[in-house]
Amino acid sequence: MNEKRKTELAIIANNVRKSALTGVYNAKSGHPGGSLSIADLLTYLYLEVMNVDPKNPQMPDRDRLVLSKGHTCPALYGILGYMGFFPEEDIKTLRKIDSYLQGHPDMNKVPGVDMSTGSLGQGISAAGGMAMAGKLDKKPYRVYAVLGDGELQEGQVWEQAMFAAHYKLDNLTIFVDNNGLQIDGDISEVMSPYPIDKKFESFGWNVVLADAHDFDSLEKAVQNAISTKGKPTAVIMKSVKGKNVSFMENNPAWHGVAPNEEQYVKAMAELDKIIKDLEARL
Amino acid sequence: MAKRATRESYGTALQEIGKDERVVVLDADLSKSTKTEMFQRLYPERFINAGIAEANMMSVAAGLASCGKTVFASSFAMFAAGRAFEQIRNSIGYTGLNVKIGASHAGISVGEDGGSHQCIEDIALMRVIPDMVIINPADDIEAQQATKAAAEYQGPVYLRLGRLAVEDVNPEGYKFEWGKGVELKDGKDVTVIATGLMVQKALDAAKILAKKGISARVINIHTIKPIDKEIIIKAAAETGAIVTAEEHSVFGGLGSAVAEVVCENAPCPVKIVGIEKFGVSGTPAELFQLYGLTAENIAKNAEEAIKLK
Repeated sequence: MNEKRKTELAIIANNVRKSALTGVYNAKSGHPGGSLSIADLLTYLYLEVMNVDPKNPQMPDRDRLVLSKGHTCPALYGILGYMGFFPEEDIKTLRKIDSYLQGHPDMNKVPGVDMSTGSLGQGISAAGGMAMAGKLDKKPYRVYAVLGDGELQEGQVWEQAMFAAHYKLDNLTIFVDNNGLQIDGDISEVMSPYPIDKKFESFGWNVVLADAHDFDSLEKAVQNAISTKGKPTAVIMKSVKGKNVSFMENNPAWHGVAPNEEQYVKAMAELDKIIKDLEARL
Repeated sequence: MAKRATRESYGTALQEIGKDERVVVLDADLSKSTKTEMFQRLYPERFINAGIAEANMMSVAAGLASCGKTVFASSFAMFAAGRAFEQIRNSIGYTGLNVKIGASHAGISVGEDGGSHQCIEDIALMRVIPDMVIINPADDIEAQQATKAAAEYQGPVYLRLGRLAVEDVNPEGYKFEWGKGVELKDGKDVTVIATGLMVQKALDAAKILAKKGISARVINIHTIKPIDKEIIIKAAAETGAIVTAEEHSVFGGLGSAVAEVVCENAPCPVKIVGIEKFGVSGTPAELFQLYGLTAENIAKNAEEAIKLK
């Protein structure tokens, strides 16, 4: 990917972070840490990879994305709003009583959301069902699912790991957001899912390691997935929870807590600084 | 009269429904028992075995439905409504996706497999999911038509099917009507409202009562949700006493649904015949005796309900 495009994507991803934090701040609840860690990935997938149309969210042959770690929907809403699936400023209504922007993704309420999620482990299975439908209909669309690393503790994930490999769902790509933290702390202390790569490999998946905050790395991983035949692909992405907000980075306390006004202002200033520096490069 | 299990009727109906290429059938390694193998024989490319992994199967069903498929997901009632309750609730119920859950081997008539497999909780579990349709057919023709009607309906449906072969309770030329109770016999002293294989026993109970000079109305409620309020209110008003009969827990099933309608609209005595304990191994006939799922016990409860008027 050329440097200019990478810089443009980085600016958008940091605006997605701002949007996600604005949503969580106004809602006084939500999940900032894991939203910030997937902002680059969602920006890259929606803008560079996926065939979707904000004016026709139900387009039958669209690529699909299931946010299996549904609690980090502020980032998903951020990119969907940026693309015009709905008015960007509506993020301020996140989690509020009359808002369509539910606390977890609702496919019946939010344009652009392909599956309702929130209960961990179910999204990857639904994505497997979508991929199976694509195979049955001989349609070229691809299905992407984003999982948390803590989510791998759900047994259902491994039921689908068997299923997708058994049915050779090479149109399915999952991304594991390996930020290493879950609500109660370090994933390796709470209930270690490691070695994640070897587990998926042994289930018959194509496994790619990637850096969640490096667009070249993500591009390589997606190209690898698309060119792999007969196997689903798991991209294990090293990521930083709370990425680009200094006091949120690598701190599990920010899994599911909203910033107060002072913290929100500080976080926005940090992101604005990053965006300004990036813009200077263009 | 030839007897047939409603799971076989389900298989027969799936063969017919399968002509529609949108129809996909899933099973969790029980296709020979749930009879989805009948579909598999005709449409192997649209039959998906999910293995012994019901949770994944239900969410896969949701994913398929989101792409325009009409999905039938089958297992035993215990592992569908029980094991995969939360997947049904969140992936299928909350989304309102077009998935039909074909749950066979419901109730104690599973028999010898024993208490671990005798699902007496499924109606209660499914009833609390908003907008979930629950159909518990009583005989072959009703089960076939209910399965076809479920395929035409857009949205989640729970089909409760049995392992045991049952007699026909409906007359030839019977037409299944979605959400409508069926009055099989008129009566003025008491109404027996039954579902599934208890409908036959309700008809037998009416004969016992007739010998004692008691005129019993018999209603078959195949669609437990949404329930036919009208036929229940009319029965309460006209006969003044009700007995319900189901092969299910007395908590949260048909009896509860009927009592809710009666209490809110036309209060009268309601006796609930059902199960309160975990099952055990035995033949279905022995188990019906053990748990009071008999015509005699329904008749006894009818007399008690009349006394409470």
